Amino acid sequence: MDALRVRGIEETYQAENGEITALEHISFEMQKGEFLSIVGPSGCGKSTLLSVIAGLLRPSAGEIFVNGEKITGISPHIGYMLQRDNLLDWRTIYKNVLFGLEVRKMKTPETLERAVSLLKTYGLYEFRDKYPAQLSGGMRQRAALIRTLAINPDILLLDEAFSALDYQTRLEVTEDVHRILKQENVTTLMVTHDIPESISMGDRIMILSPRPGRIREIIPVEFEDPARTPLSCRNSPKFGRYFDHIWKELASDGK
Amino acid sequence: MENKPTLSTERESYLKKKKKRNRMVRVCQVGILLLFLAQWEITARLGWIDPFILSQPSRVWNTFLTMMQNGLPMHIGVTVYETLVGFLLGAVFGTLFAVILWWSGFISKVSEPYLVVLNSLPKIALGPVIIVLVGAGTKAIVFMALAISLIVTVMEMLNGFRGTNREYIRMAQTFGANKRQIFTKIVFPYNISTLFNSLKINIGLSLVGVIAGEFLVSRAGLGYLIVYGGQVFKLDLVMASVIILAVVAALMYEAVVLLQKLVLHWYGH
Repeated sequence: MDALRVRGIEETYQAENGEITALEHISFEMQKGEFLSIVGPSGCGKSTLLSVIAGLLRPSAGEIFVNGEKITGISPHIGYMLQRDNLLDWRTIYKNVLFGLEVRKMKTPETLERAVSLLKTYGLYEFRDKYPAQLSGGMRQRAALIRTLAINPDILLLDEAFSALDYQTRLEVTEDVHRILKQENVTTLMVTHDIPESISMGDRIMILSPRPGRIREIIPVEFEDPARTPLSCRNSPKFGRYFDHIWKELASDGK
Repeated sequence: MENKPTLSTERESYLKKKKKRNRMVRVCQVGILLLFLAQWEITARLGWIDPFILSQPSRVWNTFLTMMQNGLPMHIGVTVYETLVGFLLGAVFGTLFAVILWWSGFISKVSEPYLVVLNSLPKIALGPVIIVLVGAGTKAIVFMALAISLIVTVMEMLNGFRGTNREYIRMAQTFGANKRQIFTKIVFPYNISTLFNSLKINIGLSLVGVIAGEFLVSRAGLGYLIVYGGQVFKLDLVMASVIILAVVAALMYEAVVLLQKLVLHWYGH
């Protein structure tokens, strides 16, 4: 069974100056534990697509299934991570990590234990009583990821989740996050405008056309080393070929 | 740096300079006060100013001592009590109204022009209306304090609520937070500082309301003493009351600042 199945999503919204079609005929499937990168020219509706899947926006048409079950609105099956870590600066790291559980009224001994074990596994346990301002950018992003993983989502959505970080931290964090997601076997959709990032993280890459966003192509990413990490695959000669291909697709805008 | 046994000479002279400057500020602050009191006393004694009209420090002090035996603590108590009641009511109701306006964009749009008018209206003009409505007594004074502080609180808090980091709210939404959760878990804690800023303004405004109210209706309180002193031409009484009022106002303000420090510490800001 597909972990995620998206069927014929369309999204039209009303703006002051008329009706705008953001997405058209979006259909795809994802397997459990798979990582799908989404790239596209700016304004093509990449983030809208995530908002629709997250249930923050109601699609004008189409259906979404998680593990075969149709979902409407905000679903506990889906975790969504935004560009900034958005850790609340008046809460300790531990309290921040529990935020999602609190809001969803899912605070049970089991979920708390899971949150603690995530903190331990990913090296934030010693920092649990610190405030976000006392942590580095990379650690904050990791805390935000744990906050999302604490609700044990089947699908994780990353919306340009690393673009607010400086380059060096960003490379470290992507390495970190990739490892965590593979270890926890989370099915992930990541929107990015960074082509190298989309290749280094993704098992497949979805290329969207300019607005109205349509799927132009979904390309599988394969490297020689099956245990590759986002950093190691950047050295492969295939990396450059993927880059050229995506670059050309994006550059041939609207044609 | 401070733990090192030897400091560089530059560092030492820098620290020394800083300390000296701080000391100078204190000296000047106290000096101005002493100088002012001294010239007041001296010019009065020399007959350059009329102590009957402008009073003088020694007379103020003597008046203060007599007042202490004639129920001054009661008058201070009355004013402080009225101010605190008006202040608390203003803070609670102001915040409550702000919550309602934040909650409903529609109500907020509808009430916008009314808020603007009420905000710019000098509330003291409502004095006679308030007296007729609730009677000439403590109630009217508290209402006056409330009228002055309420609208300011509403505006201040509403602005704060609306200025909450949108990204935080969106983050909460991604976890499926409802409006109540967004308010209690994001918007309110985000605005603790706004709340205290508005409390700091309010304690002063509420005192303005109380004094104005006491001018109009009261038989007790510092405002009453000031008006009474003016009517019977006892300027010593007026001056002493004004000085006590200044001290009381400063102490109440400092109390709010202290409370803010405690709460923010507890909230981990």
